[in-house]
Amino acid sequence: MTDISLNPAGISAKPARRDIGLKRRYAAERRFKLYGIAAIAIGMFFLVALLYSVLSNGYTAFWQTEVNLAINLDPKIIDPDNKRATDPKVLLTANYPVLARNALAEKLGVSSSDKAGMRELGKLFSEGVRGQLRELVVSNPSLIGTTQNVWVLTGADIDSAFKGQIDLSVDQSRRKVSDKQVEWMNKLKSEGVMAQRFNTGLFTYGASSRPETSGLGVALIGSLYMMLIVLFLSLPIGVAASIYLEEYAKKNRLTDIIEVNINNLAAVPSIVFGLLGLAVFINFFHMPRSASLVGGLVLTLMTLPTIIIATRAALRAVPPSIRAAALGIGASKTQMVFHHVLPLAAPGILTGTIIGLAHALGETAPLLLIGMVAFVANSPVTPLDPSTALPVQIYMWANEAERAFVERTSGAIIVLLLFLAVMNITAIILRRRFERRW
Amino acid sequence: MNKLFSTAALLAIAVAASTVGASARDQIQVSGSSTVLPYAKIVAESFGETFPDFKTPVVESGGSGAGIKEFCKGVGEDTIDIANSSRPIKDTELKSCVDAGVKDVQEVRIGYDGIVFATDIKGPDWKLTPKDIYLALAAQVIVDGKLVNNPNTKWNQVNPAFPDWDIAAYIPGEKHGTREVFEEKLLTAGCKESGATDTIKTLGLDEKAAAAACVKVRKDGKAIDIDGDYAETLARIDANKTGVGVFGLAFYENNADKLKVATVSDVVPSTETISSGKYPVSRPLFFYVKKAHLGVIPGLKEYVEFFLDDQMIGDDSPLVEYGLVAAPEAERKAQRDAFAAGTTMQLK
Repeated sequence: MTDISLNPAGISAKPARRDIGLKRRYAAERRFKLYGIAAIAIGMFFLVALLYSVLSNGYTAFWQTEVNLAINLDPKIIDPDNKRATDPKVLLTANYPVLARNALAEKLGVSSSDKAGMRELGKLFSEGVRGQLRELVVSNPSLIGTTQNVWVLTGADIDSAFKGQIDLSVDQSRRKVSDKQVEWMNKLKSEGVMAQRFNTGLFTYGASSRPETSGLGVALIGSLYMMLIVLFLSLPIGVAASIYLEEYAKKNRLTDIIEVNINNLAAVPSIVFGLLGLAVFINFFHMPRSASLVGGLVLTLMTLPTIIIATRAALRAVPPSIRAAALGIGASKTQMVFHHVLPLAAPGILTGTIIGLAHALGETAPLLLIGMVAFVANSPVTPLDPSTALPVQIYMWANEAERAFVERTSGAIIVLLLFLAVMNITAIILRRRFERRW
Repeated sequence: MNKLFSTAALLAIAVAASTVGASARDQIQVSGSSTVLPYAKIVAESFGETFPDFKTPVVESGGSGAGIKEFCKGVGEDTIDIANSSRPIKDTELKSCVDAGVKDVQEVRIGYDGIVFATDIKGPDWKLTPKDIYLALAAQVIVDGKLVNNPNTKWNQVNPAFPDWDIAAYIPGEKHGTREVFEEKLLTAGCKESGATDTIKTLGLDEKAAAAACVKVRKDGKAIDIDGDYAETLARIDANKTGVGVFGLAFYENNADKLKVATVSDVVPSTETISSGKYPVSRPLFFYVKKAHLGVIPGLKEYVEFFLDDQMIGDDSPLVEYGLVAAPEAERKAQRDAFAAGTTMQLK
């Protein structure tokens, strides 16, 4: 400006003026592009690092070492007093691990008088064999007395050694598997009796103190219940609230206060909702602790502001001409909203809901206070039974001392990431499919 | 869409409302110490397997203090039945319990837990004494008869036998139940051993202030509080090969291929040396039972009896295999008898 006013002759020097700062502006643009690429590169680097550490630690969790044993379901051990016809409890409390141990001892040629050898042998397979064989026998008692080929889980330490996660070069007193056990392991491996099989238990078992029999079963059911509760409560409540605020409510101080509060709530740390849940749902309404119902209600409260904000934005994005046209041809306000505005806003609402749900799926903090960070072994049947959630299970496994839980922690993270990816992809597809542009 | 939404919402609320209150709890609920958690988990799991009539108890973690607080909320189905604790219940806590209506609390001691110092497996052998630990980690030590900020920055300044490592110790955070044992058995003992207690007293501080000065840990970044679990301490040692960490005995034994344990006062920590009382840094583990819930919550009595049974906490039991230090046989019997007799705790 000053240049021009000081030098009126400059007006005639037009071609020179066009170059002013051109180089600088190009340089600025190149610089900005570089900054952008650097920002993306940093983000990508951390994403790759995260995925690499999780995947490289976790992929082994989907396979579990098992050993195929010909187990003689000896009636003398299962039912020594022959009372199973009158007392069904006998089959439930029988000493099943002994059956597996005897089968293994026979296979490896360990004499039953070798007490130390038998004890080491007993650690080769998982104590979870009790439940496995019990289920087999209880569901079909006629199997008693026969010999069955069963794939039995190995102990967690053997599993880790089999996968090469235990350093076998250190002295045997410093590791959890003895040289003898390694020798047996290699023998069984060369015979093809011990092998890695797909770990279905990871998706069906509940929590356990033994790594090999612990799984995400309870957590998956708990998370599913909570997501359903969140979806069925927060979507209608959130949509109804936003439609009223956006289409019906007068713009006055009261609605301003409500709006500020909703935006505030969206930023409140989730642990606060946990405290609220403890005070309201458990202490006041006397709902059961550790139940996914309470978890779902707490997460509903947490998700509501997100959904309301997303829904209001989606409603606002519908052009006013649509509303005017609907009203102009005689539609009532309710007809206008439900026949014209809401269908057009639906993709935005659904995207917001799914992102809110994904956020809720990954929450642990509010669940801590309502007792869902817990050891739960029995699968929940209703939302009132104690259960955990996926991120809670990850947190609990991360704190375990046993080596075998390391891979399970990463395995559970992979499962959680897959869930989140599926939800987010659904959100994108919904938006792509139903989006309208004007 | 509108009808669908509102019907679904009403349905969900109706289901939620109708089922609440109708439920009678048939599952034991336990909360408390993260040190006791692994043991409680093993017992809960075996309990569920041994008694097919009862469901497996639900065991929460969250710390001794949080567990006791939850325990002291009151009596009734919506309160927990058992609080695990890695320290005895405090009088103030017991009082809050009684005030909330939890009048009869039964204390059960399950065994002992040892705290060990460990370094990376490739490090040299360590022979620690409480005095070394005090001199390395206390906030203030005595130099030339005066209480000054701890000047030691390397381990070999504390004791020439130690390596030339920068002091970096990962110790249990102040919220940890372990911290009290650490302060009492190491810092206070080391303070006394080094003669600092007496010197501090001559400087004009009374008994209480002297004791407080002894257990104050340096805050200059050389002693790092770990508020998480031992897994975090292990990760720190992995990252800093010249770090020294504090672990539970059970955790160390599960990771003996990564860690090298230090002796304390020339005693190697093991279940034997801890149960005999030779190893100085150990503590008893407890859980507390609401007497009013016995016979109301199905399986609670059986669970406690099962926990106290020798097949769980005896000499060759799964808990001992995991790292619990079994109490002497007479003490185990005394615990069983006290529970059977229904002995409750009295307010002092």
